[in-house]
Amino acid sequence: MLKFILKRLVSLVPVLAVVAVVVFLLMHITPGDAAAVMLGPEATPQDVDALREQLGLNDPLYVQFFSWLGGILTGDLGSSPFLGESVAEALWSHLGPTLSLAILAQAFAILVAIPAGIIAAKRRGSLLDQGFMGLTILGVSVPSFLLGLFLILAFSVGLRWLPVAGYQPLSAGLGEHLRYLILPAIALGSMQAALIARMTRSSMLDVLSTNYLKTGKAKGLGSFSLTFKHAFKNAALPVLTVVGQTFGSLVAGAAVVETVFNIPGIGQLIINSVDRRDLLVIQGAVLLIAVSYVLINLVVDILYGLLDPRVQVR
Amino acid sequence: MTTFTPRSPLIPSITAEQRSLRFKRVRDNSQVMTGGIILLVLIVVALLGPLLSPVGPYATDTANRLLPPSAAHWFGTDNFGRDLFARVVSGSQVSLVVGFSVAVITSVLGLAIGLIAAYSRAADRILMRILDGFMAFPAILLAIAIMAALGVRTENVIIALSIVFTPYVARVVRSSALVVKEQTYIESLRAQGASALRILWINMTPNVLSPLLIQATFIFADSIITEAALSFLGAGVPPPDPSWGNILFDGKTLIFSAWWMTVFPGVTIMLAVLAINFLGDGLRDLLDPRHRGTRK
Repeated sequence: MLKFILKRLVSLVPVLAVVAVVVFLLMHITPGDAAAVMLGPEATPQDVDALREQLGLNDPLYVQFFSWLGGILTGDLGSSPFLGESVAEALWSHLGPTLSLAILAQAFAILVAIPAGIIAAKRRGSLLDQGFMGLTILGVSVPSFLLGLFLILAFSVGLRWLPVAGYQPLSAGLGEHLRYLILPAIALGSMQAALIARMTRSSMLDVLSTNYLKTGKAKGLGSFSLTFKHAFKNAALPVLTVVGQTFGSLVAGAAVVETVFNIPGIGQLIINSVDRRDLLVIQGAVLLIAVSYVLINLVVDILYGLLDPRVQVR
Repeated sequence: MTTFTPRSPLIPSITAEQRSLRFKRVRDNSQVMTGGIILLVLIVVALLGPLLSPVGPYATDTANRLLPPSAAHWFGTDNFGRDLFARVVSGSQVSLVVGFSVAVITSVLGLAIGLIAAYSRAADRILMRILDGFMAFPAILLAIAIMAALGVRTENVIIALSIVFTPYVARVVRSSALVVKEQTYIESLRAQGASALRILWINMTPNVLSPLLIQATFIFADSIITEAALSFLGAGVPPPDPSWGNILFDGKTLIFSAWWMTVFPGVTIMLAVLAINFLGDGLRDLLDPRHRGTRK
C-alpha cells in the first residue's frame, strides 16, 4: 500500500511542474508589457516601471520563474496592486463561500443521483428509467450558469420563493445560509448528479446480473437487503470515483455559478480580476484550484486503492 | 481494449452497394438524424439571419426598449431597443464559427501530437506529462486565465479554447493510434523500410479518423458552451458584438423585467448543445464498433 501511495505521489511531480510553468507563463503571453497592461492606458511610465520592477519582469525568464516558484512554495503569491493586500489573503477571504457552495452541490448531486440511479437500474427499461435517463442527458447538456438563470427565473422571479442572488455566511444561521445557496447548489450540482446517476445505473446493472445476487435471491433475501447490502456495496466503487473526480470540477464550476448568483467566492474574485487584468490574483486563484483538483484526485485514487486492492496492482 | 478494424491499403475502396448500406445506417440512426437536422436548421438560420430580420443586431431604437415578443420582434427587444431575434441569430454565427474553428484547430493539433506520441516512446513520455499538466486545469478556468492574459477578443476566445481542448483530442488519437500501431500490417510496412512519416500519415491516420471525428464533435459542443460561459462572465466576445453569452449577461440584470432576454438565448444554447451531443453519440454508435449494440 505504501508503495502504491509513493508511486502516485511521484507521478504528481511532472503534472505539478507543468501546472506551475503554465500558470507562470500566463503573465508572459500577454501581448506587450504585462505591467502596462495591468495598470491600463492611464498609467504613467514611472508607475509601469515601478510595477515591472516589483514583479521582477526585467530579470531573465528563468530567474523570474525560479524566484516565483520559490515564492509559491513559501506561500507568497505576490501582492495585488489593486486590492492592497496579498494574493494569499484575498484568496483565503474568498474561499469560504466557494467551498460551501461546492460541498452543498456535491451533497445535492449524491442525494439525488444515487437513489435515482439505483431505481433506474432496478426497473431497467421502465418509463421511470427512461425518464431519469432523459433527465441526465438534459443535465449534461445544460451548462450550470444557464440552469442557474432558469432556476432564478422560475423560483425567484416567478414563484418568489427564494432570493434572486446574494450570500449569507454560515454565521447568519444555517437556514439563512441554505436559503441563499440552494439554487446555486442545484445549478452547480446538476451535471454531477447526471454523471453520478448514469454511473450508478450502469454499475448497478453490472452487479445485478452476477450470480451471487441470483443466489441471494434464490435464498429468499429481501429485495431491499439484496439491493443495498449486497449489490450497491459492490457497485459503489466506480460511483465513488466519479464523485471524487467531479468534486474537483465542482470547485471550478463554482467560479461560474458564483457570478450568476453574486456569491463573493473565488470565482467572483477571478472575474473581477479579469476586468482589472489583475494577473497576479488570476495566477494565484488558478494555481490554487488546479493544485486542489490534482490533490483531490490523488486522495480519490488512494481511497480507491484502499477499498479495492486490485487497483494497487495496476 | 478492442481494436478498430484496420483498412488495409490493398483492399479496393467500398462498392456502391456498401455505400448505400452505410447511408441506410446513417438514416436509421435517429440520434444522428435528430442532431443533424437541428444543427442544420441552426446553421441555415445563422446564414440566412440577415434576411429573416429586417433590422440588424446593432440597430438601437430607444423608443422600443424592452418590448416583449411580438410579431414585429419575435424574441422581443433588449434594453437598447435592439431586436433580440437579430442578436440571437447573429450570436449563433459567432458560436458556430468559434465552435467549428476550435474543433478544426484542436483536431489538427491533437492528431499531430497524438500520432507522434503513439509512434515514439521517448516523445510519448514527455508529451503525455505535458498534456496531463494541461488537463489538471478545469477547462473553463484555464480558458478564463488565458483570456485575461491575452485580452478580451473573439479571436482570442478561439486561441484560448484551442489550447484548452487540444489535450483531450490528442489523448483520444494517441490511444487509438497505439492500437493501430500494433497491427501486423504496420509491422510489415516497417520491415519493408517505409519511413515513419509515410506510416504515420498514409497508414495510421485513416485508422484514427473515426474516434477523432467523434471527439471533434464533442469539442464543438463544449466550445459553444464554454464560449457562452466566457462571454457571460465578460471574458469572451466583447460587447456590442452579440453572442449568446453576453446577451444572457445583459438579460441577467433585467431578469425581473425582461424574461425573454434570458429564455430565448438560453433555449437556443440548449438546443445547439443537445443537437451536437446527439450527433456525437450517434456517430459513435455508427463508427465505433465497440459501442454498437452495447448500450444498456
